[in-house]
Amino acid sequence: MPSKAESHKKAPLGLTIAALGTLLFLHVPMWIIFLYTFTPEEQTFTFPLPGFTAKWYGAAIQRDDLWRALTLSLQVAAIATIAALILGTLAAAAVYRSKFFGREAVSFLLVLPIALPGIVTGIALRAAIGGLEIPFSFWTIVIGHATFCVVVVYNNVLARFRRMQGSQIEASMDLGANSFQTFRYVVLPNIATALLAGGMLAFALSFDEVIVTTFTAGQQTTLPIWIFSQLTRPRERPVTNVVATFVILITFLPILFAQRISAQSSDTEGETK
Amino acid sequence: MSFILRCISKWAVNMMINASMPAIHFDKVSRHFGEVKAVDQADLEIRDGEFFSMLGPSGSGKTTCLRMIAGFDKPTSGQIYLYGQNVSDLPPYERDVNTVFQDYALFPHMNVGDNIAYGLMVKKVEKSERTRRVNDMLDLVKLAGYAGRKPSQLSGGQRQRVALARALINHPKVLLLDEPLGALDLKLRQQMQVELKAIQQRVGITFIFVTHDQEEALTMSDRIAVFNEGKIIQVGTPSEIYEKPASPFVAGFVGTSNLVSGEAAKRITGTEQMFSIRPEKIHLGSANGKLDKDMISVDGVVRDVIYLGLFTRYLVEIEGGGDLVVVEQNLKTTSMDVLSAKGQKVRLSWHKDHISHVGG
Amino acid sequence: MLNRVSTYFYQRPGLVLALLLGPPMVYMLVVYLGSLFALLVNSFYYLEEFTGLIVREFTLQTYAQIFNPANREIFFRTATMAGVVTLVDALIAFPLAYYIAKFASPKFKTWLLIAVTIPLWSSYLVRVYAWKLILAKEGILSWFINLFQLDGLLQWLLSFESIGGSSLALSPVGMFIVFVYIWLPYMIIPIQTSLERVPGSLLEASSDLGAKPLQTFRNVILPLAFPGVVAGSIFTFSLTLGDFIIPLVLGNSKYFIGQAVYSYQGTGGNIPLAAAMTMWPVAIMIVYLLTARKLGAFDAL
Repeated sequence: MPSKAESHKKAPLGLTIAALGTLLFLHVPMWIIFLYTFTPEEQTFTFPLPGFTAKWYGAAIQRDDLWRALTLSLQVAAIATIAALILGTLAAAAVYRSKFFGREAVSFLLVLPIALPGIVTGIALRAAIGGLEIPFSFWTIVIGHATFCVVVVYNNVLARFRRMQGSQIEASMDLGANSFQTFRYVVLPNIATALLAGGMLAFALSFDEVIVTTFTAGQQTTLPIWIFSQLTRPRERPVTNVVATFVILITFLPILFAQRISAQSSDTEGETK
Repeated sequence: MSFILRCISKWAVNMMINASMPAIHFDKVSRHFGEVKAVDQADLEIRDGEFFSMLGPSGSGKTTCLRMIAGFDKPTSGQIYLYGQNVSDLPPYERDVNTVFQDYALFPHMNVGDNIAYGLMVKKVEKSERTRRVNDMLDLVKLAGYAGRKPSQLSGGQRQRVALARALINHPKVLLLDEPLGALDLKLRQQMQVELKAIQQRVGITFIFVTHDQEEALTMSDRIAVFNEGKIIQVGTPSEIYEKPASPFVAGFVGTSNLVSGEAAKRITGTEQMFSIRPEKIHLGSANGKLDKDMISVDGVVRDVIYLGLFTRYLVEIEGGGDLVVVEQNLKTTSMDVLSAKGQKVRLSWHKDHISHVGG
Repeated sequence: MLNRVSTYFYQRPGLVLALLLGPPMVYMLVVYLGSLFALLVNSFYYLEEFTGLIVREFTLQTYAQIFNPANREIFFRTATMAGVVTLVDALIAFPLAYYIAKFASPKFKTWLLIAVTIPLWSSYLVRVYAWKLILAKEGILSWFINLFQLDGLLQWLLSFESIGGSSLALSPVGMFIVFVYIWLPYMIIPIQTSLERVPGSLLEASSDLGAKPLQTFRNVILPLAFPGVVAGSIFTFSLTLGDFIIPLVLGNSKYFIGQAVYSYQGTGGNIPLAAAMTMWPVAIMIVYLLTARKLGAFDAL
């Protein structure tokens, strides 16, 4: 199956087929959801589709519980992203600027919430919040989300700091700008794209999160929790399909955008010496 | 042109005020990084209006000294004075000193004009004034009309000039240049050396130039400080450094040199103290040639001859042991002739003043 | 003036560091590590059966409960699933990773990598849900199986006690398929990264020295890709260990760790037991991470 890497272009047929197959395996299930948004049947998932209708899109718009869940998800994601942007940038700046005892520990600590299974974070927070007798609310959800969103911004901003010429900051100060002016005129423009990319990733991460959220929410229902409830006690199944399709779009578009921004900025700034 | 006039008048005023005051004064400056002594008890005086080079191999402390003058590094001990003012504690933006960085450090998100005007912008100079002065600078560095371009669109040499303009526009008291020509190819580098020197003489600002290229230092400088391992070994004019090196290191680092010590030295000069003699100062004569007054000589046998077009290099084994390298221009000979010198007995001679005792 | 404030801070880098590092570290230490520590402490308490209250005394009896047969079975089941999923994911991921690393032109490569990461970012829950559709009794997969007249095979598979169930959508086999699908991108990317780092000249040297393609693969490519495989396996293993949604949605009544924890702390209010159970995946993950670091997996991350 694998061959000598004599030319960069031609791959053996077997390998190409296997690769293609894997790609399809990854993507087809999502297309199938889209397909099922058009089935007229409410209760089952019959294939082939017994009919074709767009009425579920209308039905989805009518569902108040859906709108409430969506609004809540957007609000949580927005606040968690802002918190992540601030905390992540501060941490990245600290790690980039100075060598201090425990520097590697910072990166390790920040990545833990994402590295450990969600259930660990979830249950730990639940136990702690409950133990302190704090009521579960919008803010407990946000606190939970912020823990794993910070690292996404941190990584992006730190990487961008490292690619930046350190001498730019020195040059700015040399030319008469104090630290605040240097931050405003030189540092901020340089990391702007990283902030944008990191922020979008954090937003998508928070918007999609379900495991930690189930543990830290009180009566609130975010969109993923709504979907989760539909998985176990469904009502108007195809509406769930509509929502699912919508969620796919709303999370991958920011990611795509973030990738393009990061790619662009690494191209152009590589040219300046 | 108005920029030039302004610089000249500023220079004149400064001349009168600062004529006796050194531009930079190092008072026993040291910079330690833990155990490592990057700069060790450096004492230095740089004169107003001179083109001063700091020369030395990598890690010799010259760049550290430059950074301490700029304010990016703080001395572990000692004081630094800028025209009499103690600046050791001041951050870079409080010092009237500007730097041209080795990697130019142009701001990629601003165009050339904004880059150059940066120093004026942070001091809240008005826009029309800024534009005027930027255009003056662009004329000075021969980049007129480039204000709208982005740094990524420029060549290395052009970026270097923008960096220079960006620093000079602020009329600093001292301009620091950290190996600015290192990334340029040979022809461009030689061209820039001439231009930089010309600009310095026009604006009259003290330039402090860091380099590891001794030819560059010799070409451009009024005076040179030679650094090694954190210490300043010798300070002098290019000819002083070259003709009278004070240590074996300087003799070997600036140009090539013959270092003679011990037995052989005793035979030639009467003492065992190490001396240095430049290869081009040695005259290759026949074995029994007549000697002029004031000439020192030693006999030897030619071991090797290398023909290099413009000149020929001879390796001569001298009486008493050791080799001397002799370099002679091929004024009258052809390759055939010089190669035949191999194996012959010769008498080497040189003027006694051309020796430099390096206190080995 | 602002300059003076700036200079004040400039001369005190330690202060600046504290101000920069302070907020994020305080947040993480207090909120995150604090909670984890509280959880650990909780695992040493126990739940009084009669009163239903948590007794805050140091004891190991909750940990002892973990080792009873029912819980042991849960651990074993979860770990086995995690292991098999990791293995299969590695096998499936490899061809695609190899193709991307070695045969795709640079432009195509970016697009392929985006194509691989899109599922990752497209909402985990939705992707699980997709399989519920596909695996349903009357759904697409059944339709295909009927088409190829493989239902006999399917029924035989489902008849096994340990991996079967009433239908594909509610069985360990179904769960297995979904696990493999869900974590696949996490395996593809590290393998691709470590394969990318294998210089083409090594492969040429190998064949120049007389190795046949298969030998080159076994002796050169595989060992160099191994750290990537280990890195990917960190994700697949740990994520499977802690997951409770897939077992809940697609499982039968046999519990996995995640579900057990979820149920214990929920209605049972038995936080100590839930905590103690959670400690095990954490411990396994730490050991796994340390071994992986030794094997060089972190370079591929």
